[in-house]
Formats: sequence, C-alpha cells, structure tokens
Amino acid sequence: MQTEPTPQAQPQRIGVPRETFPGEKRVATVPDVVEKLIKLGFTVAVESGAGDAANFSDDAYRAAGAEVVAGAAQLWSTSDIVLKVRPPSEDEVGLMRGGGTLIDFIWPAQNPQLMEQLAARKATVLAIDCLPRTLSRAQKMDALTSTAGVSGYRAVIEAANAFGRYFNGQITAAGKVPPAKVFIAGAGVAGLAAIGTAANLGAIVRANDTRAEVADQVKSLGGEFVKVDYEEEGSGGGGYAKVMSEGFQAAQRQMYATQAKDADIIITTALIPGKPAPRLITAEMVQSMKPGSVIVDMAAEQGGNCELTVPGEAVVRHGVTIIGYTDLASRLAKQSSTLYATNLLRLMEELCKAKDGVAVVNMEDDAIRGLTVIKDGSVTWPAPPLKAPPAPAPKAAAAPMAEKKSAHGPGEPMSAKALSIVFAIGAVLFWLIGAYAPEAFLGHFTVFVLACFIGYMVVWNVTPALHTPLMSVTNAISSIIAIGALVQIAPPEAGVNGRPDGLIMWLAFAALVLTAVNMFGGFAVTRRMLAMFRK
Amino acid sequence: MSASLATVAYIGAAILFILSLGGLSNPETSRRGNLLGMVGMALAVLATVLGPRVSSAGLAWIIAALVIGGGVGLYAAKVVKMTQMPELVALMHSLVGLAACLVGFASYVDTSMPLQGVEKTIHEVEIYVGILIGAITFSGSLIAFGKLSGKIGGKPLLLPARHWLNLVGLLVVIWFGRAFVNAHDVQSGMAPLIIMTVIALLFGVHMVMAIGGADMPVVVSMLNSYSGWAAAATGFMLSNDLLIVTGALVGSSGAILSYIMCNAMNRNFISVIAGGFGSGGGAPAKKGDAAEPQGEVVPVSSQETAEMLRESKNVVIVPGYGMAVAQAQHTVFEITQTLREMGVNVRFAIHPVAGRMPGHMNVLLAEAKVPYDIVMEMDEINEDFPDTDVAIVIGANDIVNPSALEDPSSPIAGMPVLEVWKARHSIVMKRSMASGYAGVDNPLFYKENNRMLFGDAKKMLDEVLAALRA
Repeated sequence: MQTEPTPQAQPQRIGVPRETFPGEKRVATVPDVVEKLIKLGFTVAVESGAGDAANFSDDAYRAAGAEVVAGAAQLWSTSDIVLKVRPPSEDEVGLMRGGGTLIDFIWPAQNPQLMEQLAARKATVLAIDCLPRTLSRAQKMDALTSTAGVSGYRAVIEAANAFGRYFNGQITAAGKVPPAKVFIAGAGVAGLAAIGTAANLGAIVRANDTRAEVADQVKSLGGEFVKVDYEEEGSGGGGYAKVMSEGFQAAQRQMYATQAKDADIIITTALIPGKPAPRLITAEMVQSMKPGSVIVDMAAEQGGNCELTVPGEAVVRHGVTIIGYTDLASRLAKQSSTLYATNLLRLMEELCKAKDGVAVVNMEDDAIRGLTVIKDGSVTWPAPPLKAPPAPAPKAAAAPMAEKKSAHGPGEPMSAKALSIVFAIGAVLFWLIGAYAPEAFLGHFTVFVLACFIGYMVVWNVTPALHTPLMSVTNAISSIIAIGALVQIAPPEAGVNGRPDGLIMWLAFAALVLTAVNMFGGFAVTRRMLAMFRK
Repeated sequence: MSASLATVAYIGAAILFILSLGGLSNPETSRRGNLLGMVGMALAVLATVLGPRVSSAGLAWIIAALVIGGGVGLYAAKVVKMTQMPELVALMHSLVGLAACLVGFASYVDTSMPLQGVEKTIHEVEIYVGILIGAITFSGSLIAFGKLSGKIGGKPLLLPARHWLNLVGLLVVIWFGRAFVNAHDVQSGMAPLIIMTVIALLFGVHMVMAIGGADMPVVVSMLNSYSGWAAAATGFMLSNDLLIVTGALVGSSGAILSYIMCNAMNRNFISVIAGGFGSGGGAPAKKGDAAEPQGEVVPVSSQETAEMLRESKNVVIVPGYGMAVAQAQHTVFEITQTLREMGVNVRFAIHPVAGRMPGHMNVLLAEAKVPYDIVMEMDEINEDFPDTDVAIVIGANDIVNPSALEDPSSPIAGMPVLEVWKARHSIVMKRSMASGYAGVDNPLFYKENNRMLFGDAKKMLDEVLAALRA
C-alpha cells in the first residue's frame, strides 16, 4: 500500500486465499462483495477452491468479476492487499509480498511471534479484531460482532442437536411436553443472539450478565434477566465486562449453582479481554444438572467458562454433554462468510474514499488508527486509547419526570391548600358580584357560569384527532355574535331618543357580513374535513 | 313571532350547540354534530330575524349581508387546502373579534334605551370589556394568521421589558376604563374607548409576536377561546342569553384545548402566553451546550430506506409540520398502502402538538384517506416502539427529542415525546441538520440506531415509494 498515492496510481489487487487452518470453512469474501470491491476500483483475485467449503464456487467468483488463481503462492505474491479470516500461518507469512497489506483477525496480544514475522516483511497489517468498537461509525466494520452473532445462533443449534427433547412446550395426544429451560451466561452479542434464537425455538430463556444495563436488551429478545444478589456495576471498557470483586463472585457462584440445577441447557459466553475466560460452571454444578442436559461453552478457546470443557470437542461428563467447539462461526460458513465479507467491504470503503482502487491508511482516522497494528513494518499496536464517550446522564433524575405526565386526563387532584385558595378567591369574587350587581345581571351571570361548565364537560372527552374540526366548528358557532348585529341593524325603536340609526346600521351591517363569512365558511370547512375522516 | 317564542327558539339553539360539540368528540358522530350546529345556527338567526327585535325595514340589509358574507365564506371553505387550515381558522377568529368590536361600538352609540346608576355602569363595563376582548382577538389572530402563512417570520419578537409593557398597557386600560364609565355622554366617552381599543390592538399584536412557531397550537386554540369570550361579553352587553351560552361554550372549549396543548408540551399556560419560548438565547439553551450530543449522523438513501421498510414487520410513521409543508401526505399514504399490501403493519403516531394547530396532522392524514383506526395518539403508541422495526419521522423534531426525558437542563425537559429511539431503527427525514423551533439540538440524530434521510420530504418519499414498487 502506498502512503502517498499518485493520482494515476495503478488500481491495487485484492487477493483472497483459501483458509488453511484445519476445519476452517469460511472465506474472506463472497461473490456479491467482489462486485462491490470492483466498483471501488480494485481488481480481485480469489484462490481456486477458496469458497468451496462455504458453498461459493469458483464460477460464482468468476461471474462476479474476480480472477481465480490456482495456487496460494501465486495469489499471495501478486496481491497488494490480502483479505483473510484466520491469522496467517508461518508459511503464509513467508509467501506474502514485501510491503503488502494484510487484513484479517490477528489477535496481536496472543500472537506476538506472528506480529514479529509480519513486521519483518515490512507489511501493513489491519487487525479486524482491534477495531475500536465504541465508535458508532465503526459498527459497520465490526466483524467481532457479526461473528459473535453467528456463533450465538449456532451455539443454540448445537445445543438443540445434542439435547434429547423439544425446545418448545407442547400438549400432544401423547402427553404434555414441558418447554426446555435455557440459561445463558453473558449477554454480549453472542449471548443476545443465543437468547433470541432459543426464545424463538420456544424455550424458557434466562440470562445473566454482570452489566446491569443489558437487562432491557435481554427482555426485548424474550429472555428473563436473572440478577446476582449483590450491588456492583460491571461495565468495563469497550462493551466488555470487567473482573468483579470477591463478594460479587461468591454471590454469582451461588446464582449459577441454582440455575444449573434447574436448567436443561446452559450456554456460556463470558469473556474478559486479555484474560482467560472466567470459570463460572464448576464440576459440582455439572454434576448437579439433570442427565441429558447440555452445556455449550462459547469461551472454550480462551480456556472455557466450564471447568470440564475440552476445547474443540464435545464430551459427556456426569451425563451432561459439554460442547467446547471453537469453530461455531465456521460451522455456519456461508452466513458468517457473507457477514465478514461485508464488514471487510465497509472497511475497504473507508480505506478507499476516492473509489480509485487505491487503499490509503489514514492514521488520523480513529477507526483506522485502531485497526492498524503494523504500518509499513513498524508495530503500531496497541493504539492510544480513544477519548471515552461521555457517560450518559444519570437516569435517576430523568425517571420521575418521564413517569409524571400523560397528555390527557385530569392528572392528580389539587392539593388541599391550592384548592382552598381557589375557593377563597372564588368566594370573594362572588360576594363582590352579589353585593353590587343588579338582579338582571345576575340572571345572565348564572347562565354564563353554568354554560362554562357545560362546555368543559362536553369538550373534555374530544379525541385529539378531532381537535381541528372542533376548533373550526366552535369558530363557526362563535359567529352567533351575528345575533348581536341582527338586533341592532333595524330595531323597532329606531329613531328613539336621538339614536344615530345610520351609523349603527352600517356598523351592524359590517359586523353581520364578517360573521356571515365565519358562519358559512366555518360550517362548510368543518363539513369538508369531517367527510375525509373514515375508518 | 313573539318575544317568548324567540326565547324558546334560543333555548333550542343553545341545546343544539351543546349537542353539536358533544357530537364532535367522536369521529363517528362528528358529522351529525356539525349538522346540529348548522341547524342551531339557522334556528337562532331565523328566530332573531322574525322576532320582535328586528323590524321589516332591515330585512333587505340582513339578506344582503348574509349573501355577501356567506358567499365569501363558502368560497374560502371550498378552495382552502388542508395544509392551510391553521391559517384559515386564525383568520376566521379575527373576523369574530372584529365583529365583536363593531357590535360593541354600535351598542355604545345606541342611545335608545337610557340606563341609570349601576345598570348603566354595568352596561358600560360590558361594552368596554367586550371591545377589549374583541380587539385583542382581532389583532392577535391577524398576526397568528401572518405567522402561520409565513408572511411574518416564525421567530418570536421579544421587546425589551415586554412584561412591563404589558403591565403598563393593562394599567392604562383600567385607568381609561374608569374615565369611560364616568363619562357623562357618548361624545366624552368615545375618546377613552378608542384609546383603549388601540392599546388592545397593540397588545394583541405584541402578545402573538412574542410567541414562537412551536407554540402556535396553543395560540390558535387560545384565540379560539377568546373569540368565544368576546361573544359572551357581547351577550352580556345586549342582555342576550343565547350569546352568553354559546360564547361560554366556545370559550371554555378553546380554553380546554389550550390546556391540553400546554400539557402536551409540559409547559405552563402563563409561560406560553408570556412568550419567548424558542428564542434559543435563554439560559437553559446555553446550559445545553455542555450536553452537546456526541457522535455522527448516519445518512441513508431512499433506496436503503425502502429496503429497510420492506424487511420490517412493524412500521410507525411520525408526521410533523415538515410533512404539511412538503404536502407529502398523499405519498405517505401510498407508501402505507403499498407496505400494508406486503403485510407490513404500518401505523401513525401523532403527537398532540405536531403541526401548527391542534389535530393538524389528523386532518392531513384524513385528507389523504388514511383510515383513522391506524392513526394513534401518543399515549396509545409510545409503549409499542420497542416492538417496532422502523420508525419514520417525517419533518418533526422537538416532538421526538429524547433530551426532553433525559436531559433535565434542556429547555423542553419534561415534555412528553414520542420515543422513536426505542424502535429497532428510526429514520428521520429532514432537509438539513437545523434544529427545531425550540432551538434545541436533537440527540436522536446521533443515536446509533438512527438514520438520516436528507432532502425534501415529498421528493424523498416519492423515491422511497418508487423503490418499494420496483
């Protein structure tokens, strides 16, 4: 990859080798994505047979515009950028072109040797596992998330495969079938995918996580959140959990022991970055489970959440099947390849904003900076920490406010004090009116006050949908003021007592014209509006 | 027709008006409600014309006035676009206000019934108050009309020391009221009356000018209420119970609407009337800087929007004033129909203050023939957002602003809002990143599950529709 590409730079060649890791079925790009990479200006080469295990044939790649290359050696040596899934083997690093670019999972913390070898090749390496996941912009490139989602789904399918019963409860002619009880430890991406899948199969799903804020997410997928009976917040950086205190762990063990006795299936997903997986399920807990139960340990690669897990294998201990497969995503090769390829495509789009087929590693860009673990042979890992996103405002202050109001209804009754003030003011006003006003006025006043209350009662229940028609009809009705104009225009007492008939007549006439506009217009437009409301 | 018969007819008309308002509480009975209102009005006018208070000499004039005014009104009702309803309603309020003024003046110069003592004073106070309310309604409604139709800018105009100005105005009005009541004859009373009218007109202008565009629903319903009180005051002035009853009905109905609107914004009625909301310069807005939303907005194309819609099961559309401006309601309905044919459950969520008038959005959707049973109120639908796949916000801003619930220092803190961010995805259609009328930045745009579809709502929705049908 050139650091300073010239405008007429040759389009770069992207190479996708066959994965050499035993049992790995995934491939780093799929035909659909090849087309889009070519649109970005790149040329694409795929090693023959690269997609076979994921059901993408060489012909499909060819049809999408890729060149199919026969051997790994030729592919690696002719490619400027290599896209892969698993970290490269020593042999593969040897094949790599000097100064080339490699994009795949690297796990630099676990593979220091690999890092040295790659640096020696003067390579530029983008480790997709080093993506700063807290950047919302980076989510489209987050291969860990998409891989974890696939794995979580597959974990449930593996469990169902090993489990001797239905997941959903049924009442059949042959008797009642109770639903399976699934307990999921860790509600990260994989855990949530597992919750959703298991719940969709009809199981009763419970889940736990040290981060209390995921409780809502668990519920939204149809699971029940099980709390550890101990106060401590477990959010670490970057969406992972942190190591918890002793007291918490004791309470947690207690909870796991209870759940183990009850659950038919346990799926564990608990990981802490840079540390071995926490031991959540002890041998005694496995012993306490019902025979035929299943444990899927998704943390097997990092040592396992269950004491008895054998990484990479399914074993039976104390009558419980313990599945420690480390290739769950690969077991759903077509799906995970498609998602991974799309993540890489989004990354290539970020690298090649000019769409001229030349990738530029811009170290000013937070997301790219985080991904780049080796730049032109010099190790740039680990990246400096990102500015932490601002903590969300504490919810406590907002919660009562949110509950307080609804747009409608009379709300809470007035306090006794406010009520007595209102009554006192009312009493004084009424007394003043009663003391000074003549009888004729009081008659009208009675009518007025009662009419106000009738208006209040009648209008209070109007549905909000009809507010506009209500306004236009009340507007039309308020042209009742026309009566006032009518009685002035030509009353029987015209001319009495020096009444200025002409002036009054014109004033009343004008008022009558105005109210007539209102009267007819208001009713007509209300009619027009109401005619439109239909079920 | 005798005086008693006329009175009985008035009672009948009053009952019809009450039934009319009652009928409007439900879409099913609303058409009948409107009809009852018309019958009541016809009854009241006929009873007056045929009654003892109108001599046959006036008939020709009355018919002429009704024909002229009625013709204008019917024409206006026919040509007005549904998006212009708020303007029309505001303009009509101003007519009632002006009519109340005219009747008030006519009543004052009428010397045919000499009154003495307390009766004279009360009569004059009634005239004074009637003209006062009428003048405020008139000028306030005119300004509201100007603001709603865009002839006057939506930004509130805030004079320095405006509360003091209003207070001084009120004191002057009371002082001249004294002078008016103490005046011995019509000529000497005329000067205070006219000065008061001018002050009332200015007060109406000032009051509405100080109110921001987002508060327009409150203003329109408040002016609606005023026009009712003006009618009631006229009724007192002319000792006519029908006017009093009807005016009180209209007045209290408008007051309730204003109250509902204020509640919907979690605002105090007084603070809306005192104005100044949405200036963006007040102390709360400055505090808001500290909590400036972080993150990036993610734009989407209309193609992608169509894609997301097609893959959803539950879609909620949140229309706002932007939909009215872009006249996009018909396209919205076509999209709704297309999606419903595909088996997508599409519903509408209406915030009580969406648009510029209470119920504005409902009328627009009704015009586009959206069936009203899929149009939901805020309370009905807020709980459903977590189960919603896509929530589309069309030209609305403040009513979907999460800071109303999350940020106690926000100027709109505590206002109930539509919680679209709880949907799996929200798509906000907007012309640009400008903030809403309240001048508050909207953290919704920066949420991870939010997408922005920039452009004119009508054009974008047309593209979405085309993509959906492709």
